[in-house]
Amino acid sequence: MGLVLLCVIWLITFASTYFFIAKTWWFPHGASASTAALDHQFAVTFILMGVIFVAAQLALGYFVFRYRDQPSAARADYSHGHLGLELVWTILTAILFIGLNLMGSPIWAAERFRPAVDDATRVEVTAMQFAWYFRYPGPDGKFGIAKPELEDPSAGGEAALGLDPADPASKDDVVTGIMEVPVGREVEVILRAHDVIHSFFVPAMRFKQDAVPGLAIHMHFTPTETGDFEIACAELCGLGHYKMHGMLKVVSQDDFDKWLAAREAEKQ
Amino acid sequence: MASFTPTIPAPRPTTSRGKRGDLPPVLGGGDGGRPDPGSPDYGARLRRARLGLAVALTPIGMLFVAFTSAYIVRQGLPTFDPSTNTVVHDWIPVRLPTLLFLVNTCVLLLSSVTIECARRQLARQVALEPVQSIPGISLGTERKFPWLALTIILGLCFLAGQWLAWSDLAARGFYVATGPSSSFVYLLTGAHAVHLLGGIVALLAAGVSVVLNRPLASRRIVVDVTAWYWHFMALLWIYILALLEFAR
Amino acid sequence: MVAQESHQHSAPQGFIRKWVFSLDHKVIGLQYYFLALTAVFVGMFLSLLMRIHLIWPTAVLPLLGQIKPETYLSLVTMHGTIMVFFVLTTAPQGGFGNYFLPIQIGAPDMAFPVLNMLSFWTTFVAYVVMLAAFFVVGGAPLHGWTGYAPLSALQSAGPGEGLGADLWITSIAIFCIASLMGALNFITTTLDMRAKGMSMMRMPLTCWSWFITAILGLLAFGVLLSAGILLLMDRNIGTSFFLPLGTINGQLTGHKGGSPLLWQHLFWFFGHPEVYIAILPGMGVASQVLSTFSRKPIFGYKAMVYAMLSIGLLGFMVWGHHMFMSGMSPYTAFAFSIMTMAIGVPSAIKTFNWLGTLHKARIRFQSPMLFAIGFVSLFVSGGLSGPFLAQPALDIPLHDTAFVPGHFHLIMGVAAIFGIFAATYYWFPKMFGRMMNEKLARVHFFLTLIGTYSVFMPMHYLGLAGQPRRYSQLTELAYLHPLIGLNTFMTYAAIITVAAQLIFLFNLFWSMFKGPKASDNPWEATTLEWTTATPPPHDNFGGRTPVVNNGPYEYSVPGAPRDYVMQSDPATVTAH
Repeated sequence: MGLVLLCVIWLITFASTYFFIAKTWWFPHGASASTAALDHQFAVTFILMGVIFVAAQLALGYFVFRYRDQPSAARADYSHGHLGLELVWTILTAILFIGLNLMGSPIWAAERFRPAVDDATRVEVTAMQFAWYFRYPGPDGKFGIAKPELEDPSAGGEAALGLDPADPASKDDVVTGIMEVPVGREVEVILRAHDVIHSFFVPAMRFKQDAVPGLAIHMHFTPTETGDFEIACAELCGLGHYKMHGMLKVVSQDDFDKWLAAREAEKQ
Repeated sequence: MASFTPTIPAPRPTTSRGKRGDLPPVLGGGDGGRPDPGSPDYGARLRRARLGLAVALTPIGMLFVAFTSAYIVRQGLPTFDPSTNTVVHDWIPVRLPTLLFLVNTCVLLLSSVTIECARRQLARQVALEPVQSIPGISLGTERKFPWLALTIILGLCFLAGQWLAWSDLAARGFYVATGPSSSFVYLLTGAHAVHLLGGIVALLAAGVSVVLNRPLASRRIVVDVTAWYWHFMALLWIYILALLEFAR
Repeated sequence: MVAQESHQHSAPQGFIRKWVFSLDHKVIGLQYYFLALTAVFVGMFLSLLMRIHLIWPTAVLPLLGQIKPETYLSLVTMHGTIMVFFVLTTAPQGGFGNYFLPIQIGAPDMAFPVLNMLSFWTTFVAYVVMLAAFFVVGGAPLHGWTGYAPLSALQSAGPGEGLGADLWITSIAIFCIASLMGALNFITTTLDMRAKGMSMMRMPLTCWSWFITAILGLLAFGVLLSAGILLLMDRNIGTSFFLPLGTINGQLTGHKGGSPLLWQHLFWFFGHPEVYIAILPGMGVASQVLSTFSRKPIFGYKAMVYAMLSIGLLGFMVWGHHMFMSGMSPYTAFAFSIMTMAIGVPSAIKTFNWLGTLHKARIRFQSPMLFAIGFVSLFVSGGLSGPFLAQPALDIPLHDTAFVPGHFHLIMGVAAIFGIFAATYYWFPKMFGRMMNEKLARVHFFLTLIGTYSVFMPMHYLGLAGQPRRYSQLTELAYLHPLIGLNTFMTYAAIITVAAQLIFLFNLFWSMFKGPKASDNPWEATTLEWTTATPPPHDNFGGRTPVVNNGPYEYSVPGAPRDYVMQSDPATVTAH
């Protein structure tokens, strides 16, 4: 039985580890400025935890085999523990875990402690059951007033957001169902929600943030490659949670300018 | 279960054990420290009941800690106002029926006094019960004073007073859902009232046990534990009132 | 109530007083255990339906028809709620704790037997109310076991968010009260009713785990109750504790100014200690069983106690790690992440000590030991995915993906369950006077170990690939299509694993009536429950009160006549 346990535990360990190392299922390709640092911190954590995982499981399997009860086995060791060992592994574990955390904290600080730069592309992202809407401020650079009592989701676009036609700043706001941004420039997203909590998750940008009703949350990320990247909702929001997806299109600055100008022209 | 040996010497009972004679005399079957848990004597049962109460008061405290933190957070919470595209605070403190609350506080504190008297009265009765049969010992008229009944009446007066306070708020247009501050006033005072009602029910049970002639020691434990609970409720009320009045 | 209790009462007669409204902690423990047993099969059935729907969303099932997206989410909600509350918070503590705490400390019963009886029946009422949510108009709620507002606070937010959600909250509130009653009993009993010589530092680690779990419950359930009350008020009488200004489908909700984050703070202040409530008793059982079947004292008893105390204390300071993406201040997030990494340290200490117990042991592989060894393996696997989620930067891609259920299922959904299995196989002889079948136990063990690893280890891969949680199907997002193959494998593994539990169920009931008779101490163990008759008499020790002279794990003491010294044996020279 000791041998069987060793084999089963070791096989499970090797199988799990294989798929991690082979990256059979892995993060999608990252296309944002934060990808390098974040993926690196993940790799460090992954290697350290992986080593501990393998070592602990191998030791467990080995011990249950090596110290199995059999007529030739020595009497069990009457030991209540070893204070020195306890201190050593406590301190080492503390240093490892807290050190790992401190090592990763500059990434968090870079992402979250500072506001977006002044010339970031500003997009207001509004979540509702079960769609994403994106609003650009238009030539006046200001987001107009949007009132909850004016919302009409069935009409789509400006009406879904409840833009107030009486407010001049609203008139030039561009509302789309697809989020288009220029590559290489910081994007500031202002996250809002109408009804329940949703979450704006773009795996390729290594970006996620909950959209909370009653709050306007300012976040930023910087796309570094062009392409089409899927947006998923990452907070349970009701029966349509699974199909509440959007698309982030990252294009060249020129293409973005042309696209935005065309949208703004439609608003005249 | 205790096993009896016939040669245990019976120690003399003393009423000076514990402060002010409120612990019963020791008659064997357990010392004051670690009694035989198989046959808890009256002293151990009382101690166990008090320990149980101390433990039980913790989650009640946590309930009000949670309500308090919700209160503090909600007061300071900015919320996004889409019609101005700005972040605003919408907390407007409600004017409290302070005088009524103060009167109720006095009623409750008075009831704390009466229940403490009831507690000590019963403790003395229990302590003196073994020696009652000795001629010449009289427990006096204090034995008959209905401290317990008085406490129940005062408790009910407090609840009636709270009802008046809520009516006063309602008359001025402040209902539970009118605004966040009124929600919390009703929530905090209502939750306290519910717990106090529980204490009144316990006192009624103690009263019923008098009528049904239950053992004195058991009654004493019920009243003792309820008295401490009652004092906690009084302190809790003062805390709630202070929170509502000063942390506006 | 308290005043009438006296342990001089004789055993009750009559079916109702003996088996229904029993005051005997042993009967109450069995009642809790069997309630949890029915709940776990309900919960497993719900999860099977979830897994089947996920890979065959258009399938039409017999009796149930096609599962709609909202129904899937109701399954998710009720699976989580039933498993966390009615299995993991019930069986280890209410079941085994109730049965064995008094015996292991040498007491004749719990401190407040009437309260104990009431705590079980209140739990039962909560269970019935919870199940009732399935059968009302609109069905069970769809807001997940975490019940985030506003989804849970608005009746119009989705099907099931009407009466079903109100019943869900009510059931949880009733459960809070039941748990608090139980916690009161556990704490008072442990502090006040230990036998002579049973100091705190001579208690078996199972008793420590039940004690610390009860303290966690005492402090946490009051906060959950407060959150539930506020939620019921928001839902039904128009207050706005959690509800901001908003609309549902273009209609104003009529609320304003509240904070969805307030719900999360209150819920997780309870919710994080809750997961330690779920795992600590399993850790206690693992220590107990590992020591018994290694024929060795537990390595580092004092360290184990301090580790459990640290886990309990730190468990109250980490709740914000569930909220890194919530819109909470990033500075607060940083503080919570440091505390979260810190809590990994005592867990690691315990793992090292379990390995230290196995080192230079003489291991016997009877069924309880298999599950205890499995517990250690699963705890390592599940625990090590924690440090990823504890770092807020890494939580960005991983939060609300399948990585999270992979993490918590390995710990709660498997390791804690292995703790329950280990306890069942270990204490079955004492409770029922018969032995369970070892061959069936081995089949059960290996199928379950391999099966659960096959279901839950792949969830980590899916999480890395970005599969979000609580999606009823994977058909809408292109990047999820390549993951359907792995999901299919997991579904088949789940079906086999659930089927394997029928072996356990059969073994359990068959052995109760037909198993070979057990001796008083079949495992040659040292703690007090093994000194008394099998099953124990009404007052646990048949009229005598044990006196304790030794520590709980005196195995292989040099110079002793046998390889174990029981706690009530005369003191050994090297007593702990």
